[in-house]
Amino acid sequence: MEFTTGDLKALFRAFSARMATERDRLCALDGVIGDADHGIAMEQGMKAAADAAQTAEGTLQDVFNAAAKGFLNAVGASSGPLYATALLRAGKAAGPSGSMPRSELRTVIAAIRDGIAQRGKAEPGQKTMLDAWAPAADAAVDGQDADAIAAAARQGAEATRDMIATIGRAARLGERSLGHPDPGSVSAAMLVEEICNAMGKAV
Amino acid sequence: MSLTQKLINDGNAAVDEMLAGILAAHPEHLWRPDNAPRAIVARHGPRTGKVALVVGGGSGHEPTFLGYVGKGLADAAAIGNVFASPPPQPAVDAAMAASGGAGVLFMYGNYAGDVMNFDMAAELLEMEGVEARTVLTTDDIASAPRNQRQKRRGVAGNVFIFKAAGAAADMMMPLGEVERIARHANDRTFTMGVALSSCSLPQTRRPSFDLPVGEMEIGMGIHGEPGVRRGPLRSANDVADEIMDAILAEMKAPAGDRVAVLVNSLGATPLMELYILNARIAERLKAAGLVVHKTLVGPYCTSLDMAGASITIMHLDDELQRMIDHPCDCAMFRS
Repeated sequence: MEFTTGDLKALFRAFSARMATERDRLCALDGVIGDADHGIAMEQGMKAAADAAQTAEGTLQDVFNAAAKGFLNAVGASSGPLYATALLRAGKAAGPSGSMPRSELRTVIAAIRDGIAQRGKAEPGQKTMLDAWAPAADAAVDGQDADAIAAAARQGAEATRDMIATIGRAARLGERSLGHPDPGSVSAAMLVEEICNAMGKAV
Repeated sequence: MSLTQKLINDGNAAVDEMLAGILAAHPEHLWRPDNAPRAIVARHGPRTGKVALVVGGGSGHEPTFLGYVGKGLADAAAIGNVFASPPPQPAVDAAMAASGGAGVLFMYGNYAGDVMNFDMAAELLEMEGVEARTVLTTDDIASAPRNQRQKRRGVAGNVFIFKAAGAAADMMMPLGEVERIARHANDRTFTMGVALSSCSLPQTRRPSFDLPVGEMEIGMGIHGEPGVRRGPLRSANDVADEIMDAILAEMKAPAGDRVAVLVNSLGATPLMELYILNARIAERLKAAGLVVHKTLVGPYCTSLDMAGASITIMHLDDELQRMIDHPCDCAMFRS
């Protein structure tokens, strides 16, 4: 079954609802090693992305592009450019058409990983959102099923507990960042789960 | 814990309400383009053939950044939320409004969010056919070791570094030359601060970090980032000595050289204490055989309501002295 622009708009609504639900948990995680606002930025950003997506017309790429712009202009900070770039790359991967096979959501996950890595000049292992997106993308490119991709993201986020931050705001904490998961990786795993829900619906 | 006391209406509206007040107070210096609520532009300054100097960053550091928008200094500023980088669009709006066809130089403190947003702005400007280059300020010597200068944060030294670049642009130098002078100014500017109390954000009205009474944090950043170490509160002379020891060791200025001095309040520390610090700073510079060419004392780069101060020394040469002496006329700074 095809993944249409209507499905994509629904996916952004799911992102937005999930971030609103998890806002306080994400803020609490961020309070330990950062400045306690990650949940607020993700809620505001995904709400703006979802609002922009709902009114966007045209192809899958057009909807992704509108969402990217919405997220960025609402947030700024660090998560704005990272997710905006990721969503623009996702739009490019989805392409200028009205629908695609649902299995193509795997290339969307890989494109999001690529966009975040490029914009953040980061690599896996630095205790960032990339530590959830990268294993998810690897599993996706490997052709694994939706449940396996979501599990890879969750395990990746969990593994950030044992990492020392070397990039971003927590980097100056050094070893004091040990034992705490990176909030950006936790929210990333939630977004991967929502994509996998959409992927799994019709596979 | 009780909420900190602030004269605000709505924490989420604080930045926009502040901008409304600034525009009402300084119409002869500042204007805001239509449909660009977070771009502030100099009335006089931007002109055809002149490099546009565009600065910016999060709010809460006033008079940094928009207080330094004016003839002879920055042409425009992009304004973010409290302690958060602006998105690319305000930077693009500011650059387009200030552009004189000779290119744009973005200057801001070295923080990951600012770098990403301004880099995206530069890419967007490129698509519009406007050349944009970037110089990051990295003057906070407490934020990374000397051999990792590129990792350091930009703090109060912004004032001197922006001033040098703004003067070069006002002298109608080409983009490459303005960029060179900006980097040169940054290389020769050194800052270190000490915090005596936490700041609190208007959205939360809670202390951003815990600093017990009787203690201070040496080397703290302007968003409450941890410093070099925490210890008991000491005298003004001891604090000035510790900071001057660190700056002089790194600056390695030979006797007879000239410097510019900035003694900056982080928000809540009064002028009396800044001048007490400056008395010791002047003694230390004299003892090192250095000549004080210019001294600024006051709140130049703040951290909301944080108590504390920073000391910035710019190691002048003939070129930088000429830039620092060049006249400027901004809403919150004239020289």
